[in-house]
Amino acid sequence: MTKANSSNAPGGEAIIDVSGLSVDIAVPAGALHAVNDVSFSVGPAETLSLVGESGCGKTITSLAIMRLLPRAAKLTANHIRFDGQDLSRLNEREMTRLRGNRMGMIFQDPMTSLNPVYRIGDQLEEVYMRHRGASRKEARERAVFLLEKVGIINPGQRLTQYPHQLSGGLRQRMMIAMMLMCEPKLLIADEPTTALDVTVQVQILQLLRSLQKEFRMALILITHNLGVVARMADKVAIMYAGRVVEQGSVEDVFDRPTHPYTRGLLHCIPRHGLTAGHDRLGSIPGIVPSLVGNISGCSFRNRCSFVHDACGTGDVPLRPVSDVHDYRCLLSPEKLGETQQGVAAQ
Amino acid sequence: MVNFLIRRLIIAILVAITVSIVGFALLRFSGDLAALLAGENATQEDIARIAKSYGLDLPIYQQYFNWVISALQGDLGKSLFTHEPVAELILSRLGVTATLAFSALALGLLIAIPLGVLAAVKANTWVDRSALVFSVAGQATPNFWFALILIYVFGVWWRQASVLGYKLSELSIFGMQLSGLPISGSATWQHFIMPVLTLATTIVPALMRLTRTGMIEVLSSDYVRTARAKGLSQRSVLFKHSLRNAILPVVSLAAVQLGFLLGGSVIVETIFALNGVGFLAIRSIERIDFPVVQSILVCLACTYIFLTLLSDIINAKLDPRVRLS
Repeated sequence: MTKANSSNAPGGEAIIDVSGLSVDIAVPAGALHAVNDVSFSVGPAETLSLVGESGCGKTITSLAIMRLLPRAAKLTANHIRFDGQDLSRLNEREMTRLRGNRMGMIFQDPMTSLNPVYRIGDQLEEVYMRHRGASRKEARERAVFLLEKVGIINPGQRLTQYPHQLSGGLRQRMMIAMMLMCEPKLLIADEPTTALDVTVQVQILQLLRSLQKEFRMALILITHNLGVVARMADKVAIMYAGRVVEQGSVEDVFDRPTHPYTRGLLHCIPRHGLTAGHDRLGSIPGIVPSLVGNISGCSFRNRCSFVHDACGTGDVPLRPVSDVHDYRCLLSPEKLGETQQGVAAQ
Repeated sequence: MVNFLIRRLIIAILVAITVSIVGFALLRFSGDLAALLAGENATQEDIARIAKSYGLDLPIYQQYFNWVISALQGDLGKSLFTHEPVAELILSRLGVTATLAFSALALGLLIAIPLGVLAAVKANTWVDRSALVFSVAGQATPNFWFALILIYVFGVWWRQASVLGYKLSELSIFGMQLSGLPISGSATWQHFIMPVLTLATTIVPALMRLTRTGMIEVLSSDYVRTARAKGLSQRSVLFKHSLRNAILPVVSLAAVQLGFLLGGSVIVETIFALNGVGFLAIRSIERIDFPVVQSILVCLACTYIFLTLLSDIINAKLDPRVRLS
């Protein structure tokens, strides 16, 4: 394991340390290798962003950490170290004691993530009552406290409402408050703003950021929005077809993108001053390969302009660019960099 | 909630009025009642006299209003044959039918809901498949046939019919020994075991399948994933967060089935010699006892209307989106 995998946060010891995480899903045609050999760690008050297009395995990775994978999915890992335990070896009963308590997860669509038939208050309080053995009254006080934390005016009244009476932004705040009831050390946010209005997105992200610093949580932020990564994250892992193709500190990866896929992604961001007819917005030609069956070789090779014979055989290892920056390609950063000039000049 | 209730109530009343008109009209247009009552050898004068005494000579709308007004006062007329007040006839048999229907519904729900939840949790395993086989078999079995099997097993094979409240000689096959058999009053709770089992078997399959389908859908929903991410116990995830959402359509179906049990247990009442409303209806139809038939028809329809209203209220209680929108 290279240094980019380990935490360099000032808080010291990593809160979550994932090593060699793989998930195979049984499908009629065989095994679908949804996630392959993913390793990372996140320290206190640190944010790791998992980035990639739909189906690249970022959500599966986070569900694997929460151990909420569907039954057809099989998890293997060297270890998923969290809170002094290896999550990959815990049974369901031990996991239920951690979920919602030491670790929380926020989902993409706040419109469907809250139970429509129970009051908001009931849904917040039950977490605290379950994990802390608190009374209804204590849980109510805690819920009011957290609703104030997530910027909700008049929390007492909001707690008596039902989800359908609230807007999307409010519901996502409720989800955040719900997951913070027990002050977890790890929070996973799976595209928490994708389903929201643009103005609300910014508010929710700022809220997550400030709460994370306050509670010193490790935050795993899943997104496909590189702008969000730049604003929020300390570290970033770029995923493609179930593998991490590049990871490191946000500065390093954004300043010195090395893997052809990362470069392609950064090239796809619309920039200010881009005018029609002058510069075309970048795109990556080709499609993501099937993940069913044998997937040896570089998974990006059918879309890569650097492809050569060696790409099709054997596993491509993660290699260091620097102490805190890894990439998964057979070519050297220098070699990849030369042609990069050419891409930029197009 | 109050608005919702008032809206539902107005609809229910409109439906009740429509049903009473249709029910009344169907019977009046099914033949010349006065001629039927007077018998084959009656003269024209006899028929006219009978028509006059039963109010059948009045204009049809007048007859209808007279009937509705007295019905609202609790007077449903008298049986043309026994000359007992119809209201008393029905009420005296309602106990049997209601006991039968409510017991069967309770038993049915007690079996169907846990089984449906289990089948959903174990979807596509042997547990689920067995539940499917059970429900298909239950749905495909006519209830008179199931009743006969029960009688055979308990009465003939086990010779334990007395345990179930019957003497062997009392049991009828295809309803042929019915006359003079236990009528309401003489029926003990044991008498209800076999008929309730029979009726429960007919309603379990649909209830169970609907519970299963609803649960499978809800278990894959985002809010159930949230409940799991909160670390709630499996019991809380299943019964608090999932079942309450999955049960909504089951409530509506159960209401319809209760209506069916209250009105449609004729066959089972006949086979097990229970003198309930269904049995009364069949007899009255045979004898063209139109005040009785008409009253049972309208009472049944009103029961359905009431049950639908009740299921709407239960659903509104369970789902805030229904009552607050």
